[in-house]
Amino acid sequence: MIEAVGLVKRYGNVAAVDGLTFTVPAGSVTGFVGPNGSGKSTTMRMILGLDAPDAGSVTVNGRPYARYRRPLREIGALLDAKAVAPGRSAYQHLRWLALSNGIPRARVEDVLRQVGLTSAARKQVGGFSLGMAQRLGIAAALLGDPPVLMFDEPVNGLDPEGVAWIRSMLKSLAAQGRTVFLSSHLMSEMALTADRLVIIGRGRLIAEKSVADFLAAGADNYIRVRSADADTLAVLLAERGAAVDREAEGALRVIGATADEIGEAARVRGLGLLELSPQQMSLEQRYMELTRDSTEYHAADPTPASATN
Amino acid sequence: MTAIAASAAALSTGRRRGDFTNVVRAELVKLATIRSTYWGLLVAFAANIGFAVLAAALLAPRLKPDDLTHVDVVQLALAGLHLSQVAFGVLGALIITGEYGSGMIRTTFAAVPRRYTVLAAKALVFAVTALVTATASTIAAYLAFLAALPAHTLTGTALTAPGVTRAVLGGGLYLTVYGLLGFGLGTLLRSSAGAIATLLGVLFVPPLLLDLLPGYWKTTVGPYIPMQAGTQIFVAARREAVSLAPWTGFGVFCLYAAVALLVGFAVINRRDA
Repeated sequence: MIEAVGLVKRYGNVAAVDGLTFTVPAGSVTGFVGPNGSGKSTTMRMILGLDAPDAGSVTVNGRPYARYRRPLREIGALLDAKAVAPGRSAYQHLRWLALSNGIPRARVEDVLRQVGLTSAARKQVGGFSLGMAQRLGIAAALLGDPPVLMFDEPVNGLDPEGVAWIRSMLKSLAAQGRTVFLSSHLMSEMALTADRLVIIGRGRLIAEKSVADFLAAGADNYIRVRSADADTLAVLLAERGAAVDREAEGALRVIGATADEIGEAARVRGLGLLELSPQQMSLEQRYMELTRDSTEYHAADPTPASATN
Repeated sequence: MTAIAASAAALSTGRRRGDFTNVVRAELVKLATIRSTYWGLLVAFAANIGFAVLAAALLAPRLKPDDLTHVDVVQLALAGLHLSQVAFGVLGALIITGEYGSGMIRTTFAAVPRRYTVLAAKALVFAVTALVTATASTIAAYLAFLAALPAHTLTGTALTAPGVTRAVLGGGLYLTVYGLLGFGLGTLLRSSAGAIATLLGVLFVPPLLLDLLPGYWKTTVGPYIPMQAGTQIFVAARREAVSLAPWTGFGVFCLYAAVALLVGFAVINRRDA
C-alpha cells in the first residue's frame, strides 16, 4: 500500500506536484494517469525517497521508503530502464542489487528466467534493446519478491511484442495478489490492466476511483437508436420524457431512457428497430474530457465543444 | 520485557552491521565489474613501472656528481606517480560520477536509501582496493628501478637505507589518498568532467600561482599546497629545506581529502538524486 498526503514538489516557481493526496490500496492494480509533464515521474521519485518533497509525505506499507534497510523486499520499482551501467552484464547488475539487500544469489537466476533473459544474462547491458532493458528493469523490481511493484511508463517506446509481454507480465503479477502501481499517459493502456485510477493534471489530483465508476460517471453516455420509422419513435420517446436528438442517417440519440424501455416501447407500437446500442464514452474520451483543462500544452481550439455534442 | 527489548536491540544492531557488510559487498561487485577500474589500474602499473625503468636506465647514469647531492632515490624511482596519480584520482571520482552519468545512482539509492552507508561503503571499497594495488605498484616500480639501474650509479638505494621503505610504501598511501580526494570531489560535483578537472587543478594550479607571487609565499604557503605536502611521503631523504616532514606533509594532504569527503557527505542528503 502506498499513501501520499499533500505532496508538493517545486522546481523554481513551478510546482511540478501540487498538494497531491492519493492511496494505492494493497492488492489493487492502480493506474497513475496524466498528460506528459503532469508530475507522475516526480511523484514516483518522491515515493522512492530519491527526491525530497517540499511539503507533505508519502509512505510505503506504512513507513517512509528511506526508513527501510532492505527496501527491495518491500517495493520493487522500475523508473528508467536505461539507468544502468552499460558495461555491466545483466547478471552482474542483479548480483550487486541482490547483495545490497541481502537477497540470496539464487533469486538472480530466478528473476532472469522469469523475464526471459537467461540467455542474455552475461551480455553487456549497453548492447540491450529497450525491450531487453525493460525486462532487466522488471527483473530488478522482482528481485526482492516485494508485495508492491511500481512501474513508470512501462510500455513506452516498446515494439508490439514488448508491449504484449509487459501486459501479460503485469496481469500475472496482479493475479499473484501483488499491489501494482503503474503510470502511463495513455488511458487506453490502463483500460487493459488497471482496476483503479489515480488521474492527475498539472501536479494536482483530478480523480481517484475505480475504472467502472470512472466510466459510469461519463456525462455523455447515451443510447443510439435507428429505425425505419424514426420520426414516430422520436415522438413516442419524447412523450415518455426522454431527450431525443437527431443524428446523421436518421439515427436518434436518446438520453433518459434505458435500452430495455426503448425496445419495449417500439415493440408495443409495432415499430421495427435497426439498431439499439448504448454508447458509453471510452476511457480515453472520458479522460480527455477530464484533463482538457489541465493539459499543459495543447493545440489551440476555438470551439472546445467536440463533435459528439 | 527488558529481556525482549534487549534481545531486539541486539538483533537490530546485528542486522545493522550485516546491512553494512551487504552494501560493501555490493559495492565491491560494482567496482570489479566496470572496465574503467581495470584500465585505470593498468595505466597506473604501466606508468609506475615504465617510468621507473626509464629513470634507472636512462636518467640515473647521466646524473652529474653535482646532481647527486639533491636527487632523491625514491622520488626518482617513483617518477611514474606523476601519471599514475591521475589514474587513481580519476578512478576515485568515477566510482560515483559514473553512476550520476548513467542515472545508475537512482538505482543505487533506491536499493540503499541510507546514502551515508552508500558513500562509506564506496569509500571503504575504493580505499582498500587502491591501497593494495597502489602499494603493489610502487613496490614493483622500485624493484624494477633497482633491477634496471646500472651498477654503482646511486647510493642509498637499498630498502634498508634511511627512509627508503617508508617512501616506497608512502607512494601507495599518497595514491590512495589522492583517489579519495577524487571520490570526495566526485560526490560533491556529480559530474566526471567537473570532478576530474578540479582534481587536476587542485594539484597543478597552486604551484603555478606560487610562481607568480613574491618569493616569501613559496616558503610560507608553498609547503602546505597539496602537491608539495603530499609528495613528501615518498621522498626518502633528500628533501628541500622549506618542505614539511614526510608524515606532517602527508597529514596535510590527508586533510585536503578529508575536507572534500566531508563536504561530499554533507550535501548528499540535501540533494535530489
